Amino acid sequence: MTLKSPLDRVRDALRGQRAREKDIRNLVSNLPYEGLGKTKQPNRYFPGNAIKTTKYTLLLFIPMNLFEQFHRLANIYFVCLAILNFVPVVNAFQPEVALIPICVILSLAALKAAWEDFRRYRSDRKLNNTPCFIYSRKDKRFTKSRWKDVRVGDFVKVVCNEIVPADLLLLHSSDPSGVCHIETSNLDGETNLKQRRAMSGICISDPEFKPESFNTVVVCEKPNNNLNHFKCYVEKPDKDKVGTGIESLLLRGCKMRNTHHAVGFVVYAGHETKSMLNNNAPRYKRSKLERKLNTDVIFCVILLLSMCLVGALGHFLWLQALPSGPPYLVPDSNGHLDSPSLSGFYMFFTMIILLQILIPISLYVSIELVKIGQIYFITNDIDLHDDETDRRVQCKTLNITEDLGQIEYVFSDKTGTLTENKMVFRRCSIMGTEYPHKENAIRLAVLGEPESGEDVIFNQRPQPPLTGWSLDTEDITPDCTQHHHDNRHRSKVKGNAQSDVAFSSPLETEVIPDRKLLQQISRAGNCSGSQEIDPYLDFFLGLAICNTVAVSMATAQRQRRKPKRSRSILEDLVVEEDHFNPPVKKEDFEDTTGLQMCSLHAPSDTNSDNLSYEAESPDEAALVYAAKAYGFTLLNRTPDSVTLRLPSGEDLVFEVLDTLTFDSNRKRMSVLVRHPITREYVLYTKGADYAIMELLEHLSGKQKNIAAGTQHHLDCYAKDGLRTLCFTKKVVSYKEYESWSVNRQRALAAIDHREELVMDTAVQLETGLSLLGATGIEDRLQESVPDTIVALREAGIQVWVLTGDKPETAVNIGYACRLLEEEDLVINMSCKNKLVCTSILDCTLEEVRRYSEDPRNVDTTQGISLVIDGCTLTMALSSDLQDRFVDLAKRCRSVLCCRVTPLQKSRVVKMVREKLKVMTLAVGDGANDVSMIQAADIGIGLSGQEGMQAVMASDFAISRFKHLNKLILVHGHWCYTRLANMIIYFFYKNVAYVNLLFWYQFFCGFSGTTMIDYWLMIFFNLFFTSVPPIMFGIMDRDVSAEMLLGVPELYRMGQGAGEYTFSTFWVSMLDAFYQSLVCFFIPYLAYQDSDIDVFTFGTPLNTISLFTIILHLSIEIKAWTVVHWVIMLGSVALYFIVTLVYSAICVSCNPPSNPYWILQSQMADPMFYLLCIITTVVALMPRYMFHVLKNSIAPSPLVQARHLDRLDPSTRDEWMKEWKSFRSTSQVKRSRLSPPTSPTMETLADI
Amino acid sequence: MMATSYNAKDEDGRVTVCGPGGGPLLRGKKPENTALKQQRLAAWQPVLTAGTALPALFAVGLLFIPVGVGLFVTSNNIRELEIDYTGADASSPCFSCSQSFSWNSTRPCTCTVPFYLEQPYESNVYVYYGLSNFYQNHRRYVKSRDDGQLNGNEKSLTEPSKECEPYAYRDNEPIAPCGAIANSMFNDTLELFYNDPNGTKIQIPLNATGIAWWTDKHVKFGNPGGNDQNLSAAFQGTTRPVNWRRPVYELDSDRGNNGFVNEDFIVWMRTAALPTFRKLYRIIGKKDNVVPTLPRGNYTLEVVYNYPVRSFEGRKRVILSTISWMGGKNPFLGVAYIAVGAVCFFLGVVLLAMHHKCGNRNGDGDISN
Repeated sequence: MTLKSPLDRVRDALRGQRAREKDIRNLVSNLPYEGLGKTKQPNRYFPGNAIKTTKYTLLLFIPMNLFEQFHRLANIYFVCLAILNFVPVVNAFQPEVALIPICVILSLAALKAAWEDFRRYRSDRKLNNTPCFIYSRKDKRFTKSRWKDVRVGDFVKVVCNEIVPADLLLLHSSDPSGVCHIETSNLDGETNLKQRRAMSGICISDPEFKPESFNTVVVCEKPNNNLNHFKCYVEKPDKDKVGTGIESLLLRGCKMRNTHHAVGFVVYAGHETKSMLNNNAPRYKRSKLERKLNTDVIFCVILLLSMCLVGALGHFLWLQALPSGPPYLVPDSNGHLDSPSLSGFYMFFTMIILLQILIPISLYVSIELVKIGQIYFITNDIDLHDDETDRRVQCKTLNITEDLGQIEYVFSDKTGTLTENKMVFRRCSIMGTEYPHKENAIRLAVLGEPESGEDVIFNQRPQPPLTGWSLDTEDITPDCTQHHHDNRHRSKVKGNAQSDVAFSSPLETEVIPDRKLLQQISRAGNCSGSQEIDPYLDFFLGLAICNTVAVSMATAQRQRRKPKRSRSILEDLVVEEDHFNPPVKKEDFEDTTGLQMCSLHAPSDTNSDNLSYEAESPDEAALVYAAKAYGFTLLNRTPDSVTLRLPSGEDLVFEVLDTLTFDSNRKRMSVLVRHPITREYVLYTKGADYAIMELLEHLSGKQKNIAAGTQHHLDCYAKDGLRTLCFTKKVVSYKEYESWSVNRQRALAAIDHREELVMDTAVQLETGLSLLGATGIEDRLQESVPDTIVALREAGIQVWVLTGDKPETAVNIGYACRLLEEEDLVINMSCKNKLVCTSILDCTLEEVRRYSEDPRNVDTTQGISLVIDGCTLTMALSSDLQDRFVDLAKRCRSVLCCRVTPLQKSRVVKMVREKLKVMTLAVGDGANDVSMIQAADIGIGLSGQEGMQAVMASDFAISRFKHLNKLILVHGHWCYTRLANMIIYFFYKNVAYVNLLFWYQFFCGFSGTTMIDYWLMIFFNLFFTSVPPIMFGIMDRDVSAEMLLGVPELYRMGQGAGEYTFSTFWVSMLDAFYQSLVCFFIPYLAYQDSDIDVFTFGTPLNTISLFTIILHLSIEIKAWTVVHWVIMLGSVALYFIVTLVYSAICVSCNPPSNPYWILQSQMADPMFYLLCIITTVVALMPRYMFHVLKNSIAPSPLVQARHLDRLDPSTRDEWMKEWKSFRSTSQVKRSRLSPPTSPTMETLADI
Repeated sequence: MMATSYNAKDEDGRVTVCGPGGGPLLRGKKPENTALKQQRLAAWQPVLTAGTALPALFAVGLLFIPVGVGLFVTSNNIRELEIDYTGADASSPCFSCSQSFSWNSTRPCTCTVPFYLEQPYESNVYVYYGLSNFYQNHRRYVKSRDDGQLNGNEKSLTEPSKECEPYAYRDNEPIAPCGAIANSMFNDTLELFYNDPNGTKIQIPLNATGIAWWTDKHVKFGNPGGNDQNLSAAFQGTTRPVNWRRPVYELDSDRGNNGFVNEDFIVWMRTAALPTFRKLYRIIGKKDNVVPTLPRGNYTLEVVYNYPVRSFEGRKRVILSTISWMGGKNPFLGVAYIAVGAVCFFLGVVLLAMHHKCGNRNGDGDISN
């Protein structure tokens, strides 16, 4: 390597910069350049695969950390004060001592940063040194290397269960069809396997892949963080371009599954990989309370400045009034005395230093600590833990816990959020004939019954169910089952094992075929051979083919669950074939229903029952299972073919020509296959009814009837709350296909506007469809969804449901989950154009206004509900109608929006949030909810069946909708009241303490003297009184969880401003002023004209202040647990111990305060105790009386709840039951009347 | 962090392993069901209502009133006599002294103040001098001292702390004791005479020791090189404060009460908390149980008037006081206790009435509002 001039280097660096910034990158293989110097490498401009996530280096840690810390305003405030203290004319304390607080805070924060960085460093090192295989030209094989050695342009081999080290373009897979599976749970949390296929036309599909033969240029886009999109094409030497996308990209961090090995070409490495680019720091949200707190801090600043002004002015006047130089005025070293005005000016700054604690800087640190504690308790709540998936609630945003207590609007997705998203095939309509599947419905109804029903079923069937994935050892080995006491528990364990996959339990996926339909099919099967394919057969072919369901064998499935096994798949297979291949029995429902199912199933051997389907959407899985029930078994799916077993037992292999994947704009998907028998090109399309119906071919009479009939059935399904899909078919001529295919290829290879082009080609093909039929799939409500919604509404929260479903389906679900009540006045808004929309809106608004003003309606619970569809919503959201719409929505108890797009969801949330200035919460489970989740004040993700995008974007992640209940009603309430009270207390504490110093200024000529030792002042805030408020903020419990859940109305106390209002802040400020006055003037009067000295005077003041502050908190604490006692008593003990020790050892230290033996001499004086007692009593009397009177004369509901909490649990439960029944009976005339006095209530009066 | 998330996933990946012992080892993330983690710790949940506050209020009332009465009586039993000798108005015997004063005058000015004691003082009598409007608590003044020097530190003796400026050096000689506090030390001499009815004037012996804190005299303050040294040698090379007439080692003839451990000096150095203060000057010890310490009658206070107060419009007083367990005379605390007790009692009665009248409304469960 030759020595390069600096100029060359700069040029090279610039060129590298340009190469990295370019929109398109050309990458070539590194192999021809192997062994050459660095400057000869073609891909040298792109970063290597070594990652560094650490923020600091060893040498630069201190300056960098300090620089970062000084970005916080609070730290700058501290430093300024410390510097101010070094100016001799204004200093209030020893300058060195004034540095202590800032040093403590800075070094604590630095320590935390250092520790975190060290952890990052260690994990980086571990990751960088992970072994991997890189192809070496010299050795002509893949050699073992480490992750950090991987460069762009290398060939990397990944074997099964290994993690992919960089973003690889898949070139070769051990699978003959060029497919490999990856699990992306490290990236997005989704555990279903994803298929990736080797780039076709590039790799020479020899049994062994030869990287040397790779002589093409890979052209790809600039790295971005989108995990689901990748644009790239490969330019062969003959200028032939082959496009590909995410389907050929193995992402760094994924795990290779079910594939022996695969070889990929590194396109992005290290920090440019998609997973690293996705690696954002946790989001920082400011809670409403914190925003409000900041305004109060401003008030504190104003207060501080005015107090300083008083001090400065006072000093000036005091000096002016002095006749001549008294002996106690100390001139400066030259014997010169400053003029009164200059001294007054200096005094202003001295006062700032003196009274600095008035700005509660430590409040921010304390709030952070409190929130950590609160989150600890939330995540540890066993009620928010889902046994089935073994997931806890996750708090992703750490600082908005208290916002949970102020929610006024909840926006919820429907599918997967309110419902299970476990799809069950219920009914279908083929060629205009409805097949209701009554037997299936009966079976499902039995299943749906609560536990008792489940027990019965399990008792009947002691063996593990048919399908393979309940083979987990623990269910079979006797040793292991001992922990599962009953069958019900067992079923849960099983559920646990299955939940990874996007479909429901075996019992639910099982479909009992409709008898009539079976006959139809068998008739069709009998007369097969005729040219015309029966539409019934076609329908089921469509069901089985038109999807993206991946088929995996049960054994493979199982293998996936044991990732830690070091054995190869083959071994695994052998072992498991031996042990866990129980003879499958099909004894159950055929017998009871008496169907002739066996004739259909006869040819299907045990093999087909080992299949398991992995679908990205549960609907698809349900449909494939339904097809299977009728004998159309999907056996295998590769990118190029679909293998299907027909009822006759014949296996058919359909060549898949193209798959037009689902997107939310088209709302449909299609698969283009070549029929193996007829050799026709057939396009199967399925989709939402409104997305299909308009694409049907020109309808002839009979066809028209079918379409009308199907539409009728669809409406019926929707009314029953079923999800509907239409199935169509289209035969494409060869010529048509050829021309389309060219367009398609061009679109796929495009880099610019690729999405639009691809969609256009899809739309181009999906025309002139002929209707086959429709299906109705049930998505059952999650458990206790109605209860949760009712509870939320009782808590004063408006619940909106935003769904993409048809209005009929949505309304039905709305009734089922009690979002809509039977007696509600439901306003249905659906209009085609804006004019109509405006007038409807006006009319409704007028009507609703009149309705709510009608005195007869004041006391009724009858609410108004609004149902609005997507297209009307678009108009209502337009700027001129927005206000009216919001006004209307405000008056509605619940709002149901149907057929909304993800964008509309977020716009609705944003509009309500901004127009009504309310706290909003959005909950959803799918990718379509992400924008809504991000738009709301609090986004909650449901880790359900649809992957993890919602969870990734959310602030809190829960696993069931019902958990929302406790999260909001209990934790939200607690967090909010705790934090609000803590903050108010904190303000009070600082003001009460600092004012002591302020009052003293009136007696020392406003000279800035402190009568308390500075060390003790620091300790006072740092140790003696810091832990109790933090504990208060984490652990105080005003009302028990049972009570909060039982009486959701209690939640209303926190809404709006709740406990932390302008008035509470100022009341506590006034109280602080009063208390400091008392704490100062009672000792002052007692020691007036005595021989007490400055610091002896300060000692009782300090002690009294401690008692007052601690006891003030005692009044505020609602529930005293052991922890409370320990901390409160510990703080007082700490004060005395530290102060006694300090004043015993400090003989001539810390001038001028010199605390030697002061506290000791005070504690020997009875006056000290008498003073402490009376001052504390007088100081706390008003607050105590305020609480007493408020609780006695006008007790808030919370206080009443606390009364009830003190009763023993059984009485309390009884009361709650009574309260509930009272509430439900008085639905019509709402609780203006007081509820019946229960027997328990008399006893309450005596408490 | 992506880097860490790999490990995390590996750790808590839901792997169900059957241990060799056979029991399933469910490595779930299920939180522990403990009272602490589930926030179900047994708790005392007091609710402040009229009912619960009543006993507390009555208890406070019943406790405070007797204590207050006790304090009040104790305070009233203390004898105290204050004699103002500032000499601000012309009729005062010290008027001339107060007018013709300067720190530097060498000729002492004396004045005599007669007073009459109406009641005999039975126990030990504490003689205080009182100053008013003297801000011993001014920030700069409080700081102006060197505790190391006062503790007997040799180095501080020759190099006084910067805090002492501008009273650290005089003519390049270090000042001992340095600083403004020492410089402005009270230097009036007070003597008390009993005018016997038969005309003789008996000097009352005033005890100059035992007036400072024991810890101050024995721990905090110390002469350089120990208290038994020849003090004039120990203070060699230092000079007296500007306003002082004598150097520090000539404050008292008693060797144990001289130099920095002179008790008058120690008392002065304990800077007063409030601008009007008194400081213990002398103690008149009780002789025996038969004769009162100070019998009824005429007395004369002889003042060597050295200390100027006109510059700050202050006043000078002499206070003769007996003392009790609660210190000097101060009726405030007694009155405060009685008042607070009474208020609490009254509030208790009000609450009782309220509790009886509308206590039944409590907790009738009307939670909806």
